[in-house]
Amino acid sequence: MQRLSPAPRAVPIASTAVGVSLLLLFIIATLGGTVRNGIADPALKTISLWLIVVAMAAGALVLLMAGWSMTLAMRANRQTRADNILAARSSAAASRQDAFIAFGLSLAVLAIFCFVQLLLQNDGKLQQTFLQWQLMRESAVDVLQAFAVNVKLAVISQILVLVIGLVLAVARMAPGKAGAPIRFMAVAYIDLMRAVPAIIVLYLIGFGLPLTNLPVLASLSPDWFAIIALTLTYSAYVAEIYRSGIASIHPSQWSASRSLGFSYVQTLRWFILPQAIRLVVPPLLSTFIALQKDTSLVNVIGTLDAFNQAKFYASSSFNLSSVSVVAIVFVVLTIPQTRYVDWRLARANKRLRG
Amino acid sequence: MAFIEIEDLQKSYGEHEVLKGISLNVDRHQVVTLIGASGSGKSTLLRCLNALDTINNGQIRVDGDVVSGPGVDLNRLRRKVGMVFQSFNLFPHLSVEENIVTGPIKLLHHSREKARARAAELLERVNLGHRAKYYPDQLSGGQQQRVAIVRAIAMEPEALLLDEITSALDPELVAEVLNILRDLAKEGMTMILATHEMQFAKEVSNLVVFLEQGRLLEAGPPAQIFGSPTQERTRAFLKQIIDAGRL
Ligand SMILES: Nc1ncnc2c1ncn2[C@@H]1O[C@H](COP(=O)(O)OP(=O)(O)OP(=O)(O)O)[C@@H](O)[C@H]1O
Ligand SMILES: [Mg+2]
Repeated sequence: MQRLSPAPRAVPIASTAVGVSLLLLFIIATLGGTVRNGIADPALKTISLWLIVVAMAAGALVLLMAGWSMTLAMRANRQTRADNILAARSSAAASRQDAFIAFGLSLAVLAIFCFVQLLLQNDGKLQQTFLQWQLMRESAVDVLQAFAVNVKLAVISQILVLVIGLVLAVARMAPGKAGAPIRFMAVAYIDLMRAVPAIIVLYLIGFGLPLTNLPVLASLSPDWFAIIALTLTYSAYVAEIYRSGIASIHPSQWSASRSLGFSYVQTLRWFILPQAIRLVVPPLLSTFIALQKDTSLVNVIGTLDAFNQAKFYASSSFNLSSVSVVAIVFVVLTIPQTRYVDWRLARANKRLRG
Repeated sequence: MAFIEIEDLQKSYGEHEVLKGISLNVDRHQVVTLIGASGSGKSTLLRCLNALDTINNGQIRVDGDVVSGPGVDLNRLRRKVGMVFQSFNLFPHLSVEENIVTGPIKLLHHSREKARARAAELLERVNLGHRAKYYPDQLSGGQQQRVAIVRAIAMEPEALLLDEITSALDPELVAEVLNILRDLAKEGMTMILATHEMQFAKEVSNLVVFLEQGRLLEAGPPAQIFGSPTQERTRAFLKQIIDAGRL
């Protein structure tokens, strides 16, 4: 005889979803209304009205979803009473699924609506301070041009960091007694550079080197001071990334290569590094993103990068919209890269699972 | 003079004495099988012969030349004495062909064409001619192990050390690997192998060596060791194996 365990309970969740979506509509109406009442500017008032309408429409959609979830839940109950347990299970599962979607959507609509209302508050003061279209447009060209400096600093530092980081990593793993002093130096350097904040290194180099009157070094341009500082700091991080990659290659690979007659250095060069570097591409890219963002630190030594340029506009207009432009440019540049890193990681994981 | 001479070889990992004075001579074209319980030191002995581990005491000579102790060109020794591992250890980022030709090209300075032709020939011999462009993770265990053997042979070693090279394989794949060893033995390759394949040891080896807790307890032709072992421990070990249905 078949004895089926009952379908999961769906009605409580579905009714909660209905309740939540009703609550959402209520909040949109009251919060939207209150904020709108505080607005004097007629143009903004119209915008606010439209926002409420759009949000209410979204809320209605969520309510519809919750309602459908409720219908499915009731159907599941009917099917249970008709002793059609398998059908009841599938209805209940669908009902719960829709209820959870309704919860998620409610949360998203509410968050976005609240954020927009915050911008509208106080006659749109927040929006005017940070996102004034006119000022953003005026500063955009200069800021974008200055951003080329950030890109230049980032690209040159990244290339240097790739090479120096690798040298440091290999030095840190130098074998045997002869390698001891080399290992010690590498460890000391890496520890030091990871301990000192990047901005301090930048400050010391940018203001210190010119005072030293050293040949060549003292007369470099601020751009190069920035590159040196970023390279010094980030090569320490990258060395650690390389090292973790090298260490994660199984010792049997060393045995295999050495047993064929390859030397230590040849083994590293032909078998260990090629595998290790493939493994560390995602963390390397993540570090590069951090480096790109840290190029904005160079404003402390007076390099005219995007941030510094934006600060001129900000201080002359008493408004931060130009700085928002910098933030937006960084976002536009960085997000594709982070997505790419995630994609690489997901692909690497998939390969590992086979 | 034997080709490989091991004299009072001692090896410890820290406090733990693994090899407690092993002496053994292996002539050219001989096949020597190491048998013994797990942990008796078979792998360690092979690794010492390939200088993958340093020894604490004693001496190893290959072809009359002392190859243990300081100041030895280990890379040259290893080109003379190749090694194949239980876990294959192919290079996963290289294709089958690249796995095989990298050594001859970089270390023996063969031309790429010559190395590839030789690799193709060797692969053909182990029935893997059509797999040259594959990557290790696209091959079965038995195929990977055959590639690993070819990789070692491509370096033209004068002797091969084989450490339980069939233990990681499913039973139906063991035969294809053992067949290659059989061929190599016929061609006169000097081999020292650690194995649990007693039937195979009986059939191909000239000398069977029984290790017990880091000591060479008994050595002799297979008929003697498997037929009438003199040592009580050897008898007990073989009985265990026969009881397990493996001989
Ligand atoms: N790297 C190491 N460090 C410390 N001890 C080790 C190391 N390698 C091996 N040993 C020890 O040496 C002893 C002999 O090991 P070995 O691998 O040579 O045995 P084996 O005869 O090959 O055994 P099996 O048949 O299981 O492969 C074991 O007790 C093991 O624990
Ligand atoms: Mg072993």
